Amino acid sequence: MTSSPRNISSLHRADAALLWTLRGLAAVAGIVVVLIVVFLVLESLPALRSIGLLRFLRDQSWYPLSDQFNMMPMVAGSLAVTLGAIVLATPLGIGSALFCRYYAPRPIADFYRGIVQVLAGIPSVVFGFWGLVVWVPLVTQSLLAGILILALMILPTIALLAETSLAAVPVLYERGAAALGLTRWAMIRRVMLPAARSGIVTSIILAIGRAIGETMAVVMVCGNVVQLPDSLFAPIRTLTANIALEMSYAGEAHRSALFVSGLLLMFIVVLLVAVAQWISKESDHA
Amino acid sequence: MLEATRNERHRLRESIITMIIWLIAIIIITIFGWLLTDLLVHGLGPLTWSYITTEPADAGRAGGIGPILVSTLLILATCMAVTVPIGLGTAIFLAEYTNERSPFGRAVRRSLDVLAAVPSIVFGLFGSAFFCFHLGMGFSILSGGLTLACMALPIFIRAVEQGFRAVPDEYRMGAAALGLSRWATLTKVLLPTTMPTLMAAFVLSVGRAVAETAALIFTSGYVDRMPQSLMDSGRALSVHIFDLSMNVPGGDDNAYASALLLVGLLLLINLIATWIAKATQRQWTATA
Amino acid sequence: MTTTPLNILPSAPPREVVCAPGRDEACASFTATNLSLAYGSKSAFRDVSLRINPCHLTGIIGPSGCGKTSFLSCLNRMTDLLPCRVTGSLNFGETNLLDGSLDTVALRRQVGMIFQKPNPFAMSIHRNIAMPLREHGMKSSSEIDESVEQALRDVGLWDEVKDRLNTSALALSGGQQQRLCIARALALKPAALLLDEPCSALDPIASGVVEDLMLSLRRRYTLIVITHNLAQARRIADDVALFWVREGTGVLVESGPVDQLFEQPRDEITASYIRGIRG
Repeated sequence: MTSSPRNISSLHRADAALLWTLRGLAAVAGIVVVLIVVFLVLESLPALRSIGLLRFLRDQSWYPLSDQFNMMPMVAGSLAVTLGAIVLATPLGIGSALFCRYYAPRPIADFYRGIVQVLAGIPSVVFGFWGLVVWVPLVTQSLLAGILILALMILPTIALLAETSLAAVPVLYERGAAALGLTRWAMIRRVMLPAARSGIVTSIILAIGRAIGETMAVVMVCGNVVQLPDSLFAPIRTLTANIALEMSYAGEAHRSALFVSGLLLMFIVVLLVAVAQWISKESDHA
Repeated sequence: MLEATRNERHRLRESIITMIIWLIAIIIITIFGWLLTDLLVHGLGPLTWSYITTEPADAGRAGGIGPILVSTLLILATCMAVTVPIGLGTAIFLAEYTNERSPFGRAVRRSLDVLAAVPSIVFGLFGSAFFCFHLGMGFSILSGGLTLACMALPIFIRAVEQGFRAVPDEYRMGAAALGLSRWATLTKVLLPTTMPTLMAAFVLSVGRAVAETAALIFTSGYVDRMPQSLMDSGRALSVHIFDLSMNVPGGDDNAYASALLLVGLLLLINLIATWIAKATQRQWTATA
Repeated sequence: MTTTPLNILPSAPPREVVCAPGRDEACASFTATNLSLAYGSKSAFRDVSLRINPCHLTGIIGPSGCGKTSFLSCLNRMTDLLPCRVTGSLNFGETNLLDGSLDTVALRRQVGMIFQKPNPFAMSIHRNIAMPLREHGMKSSSEIDESVEQALRDVGLWDEVKDRLNTSALALSGGQQQRLCIARALALKPAALLLDEPCSALDPIASGVVEDLMLSLRRRYTLIVITHNLAQARRIADDVALFWVREGTGVLVESGPVDQLFEQPRDEITASYIRGIRG
């Protein structure tokens, strides 16, 4: 067979062109997050300059039309609803994972896992709508309604990831525990859960991220009153809901202040991602 | 005697814990069933063919969701038209051309990890500032689609990259030993092998995009008329559900129907993705 | 052209091997002189000087970790894909293999490689062979079909698969897959084939079939086969090269015609390895 009709330099040129095209596309993908931060900062600067950071913490309350920009009630609202949802969803999520892995017969476990996966895919607006129509009449538009619906939304995140972490624990651990005569719960509590700890903690952190970032469901069921929550039945407004509700009619300074809250959300979420990655890395080294 | 009581205590504890675990599962299943039944009972009625095809009237209380479905489709199409080429290129680059030590690869990966965690409302803020205002696209399907593309990109890339990493190195070595160029290896060996995973990734990303609301409210807008072009504002199905339930008294019935349709579409998308995944398994384990 | 018969007497002269008719002009030998390969600071093998005779089957034997696979990778420049540095000199016929501007595409068409674990692509049997042919410039479908048939006949697969050429290659048995990989390489009409433990992932029967195939290819191609199986080396090789580990790196201990190495090894390591005492 005679030499290849394509000469070597054209082959190299084609492969080189491929490499540079791919590099370019990857650069575009990588730059998106940078663009987001840049634009958030650009839009926030006017408010940061004219209103100043301290006033976001110390003003009377959040009444933009009266030049009041204290974000704390909303931050408190976000934290409260997130904390409540996590407290509720974590045992339910881990319990679901344990159910699928150790307690249910195979067909039931598969069925249940399917349900959790569908639950994971239901849009937040559908959860919010259902919460509005079904739960709010029971508990009024309040912190509690938000907690219940949000817990339902982040539960699949914890359940699915926790199950994956448990499945990754070497079978040897399970067999070793059984050989030592441990009961099922003792084995789970003393051997399996500690071994899967880093994965489970990561799943909780991701769930926190999702809860803090949730907008539609909390807008629909929490009542959206700007106040520090003093009881479970108090209507509250989260940082995310605040942005969603006020963006459409916000004036210049107001809009900029909303971008500041967006920047805050961004910062919190980046922090959570960093913590989750740090935990994974720690567990890799262990 | 001591042995007996301790075993009894253990057995009691086991039973209680088992009951609690089963209770948790039953609670979840019940709530899920409640949600689904509620949607079906209230939503199936209004969900007729004419509902799907006609224009909304009376702020959505009457009429249908025809234009809204068209807008949703256009937004999704714009989103995927941008996500697929950029996502595919990035995933191939990350899987085939970088290793743990490459600084550029690490930077892109870290950036994508953060992007995956950004809340949807922040995407909405960014989209409105960058696409609508800075680039002058205004409230439009294009703005909405591009904003959604930013959200779908990390999901798509992650799934596609996994697909490429799953191809055993033996294929690449074999291709190199046969004197195939990188381009030929990519197009004739790797892409055909990963095609099922790519399709599953596509379907997965579409599923995530169609559920989005907060990112679209300030980018593609609220207009519920039939869009004439990509530059027109258009209302997505999820936004319609939001509007009907929050701003339109008496809009609940149609909101139920739209929600049922949306969930139904998502279930269909999930089933397609699962079916594709099973087909992949069959291809890989097709050894005698 | 005659070949002297296999001589099992200890002091027999080396077997005279001549290429099968029509093969002379494509036959080429490999000559390595003081060839060394290192991954970063870790040396895989050092100062290997070896001549691979044309149209011979050269068996490379030795324990694990003595650089056999690394050495084989030099012969078709697969070392380009690994983070390593190759020094010394290596020629394929007249061509300097260590030249940076060497057309590796053409090289790899002329020097095919078969891996330990059969690696057919996830496509039809026909496409596995046809696709590389197309990539190397063959355009006519009839020519491609002919080449596919010829390659499959060469490895003895044609009768087994002629009715299912469009079915997935992954559905073949291990031995069939390995023969398909050999057919795929043969279709490109190479001058040499490099085989890295081609039988070690196969069951004994499939292994025997591949061995017979290698024997039948012997006079038409230069074959270099890494094997752990001393009996296999004895059965199929014309020449043998023994690699060993010394001072943490691979070295070539001894090389020569198979009879001489097995009957009258010059080096004491060879003697004890052959007798199974070490390694």
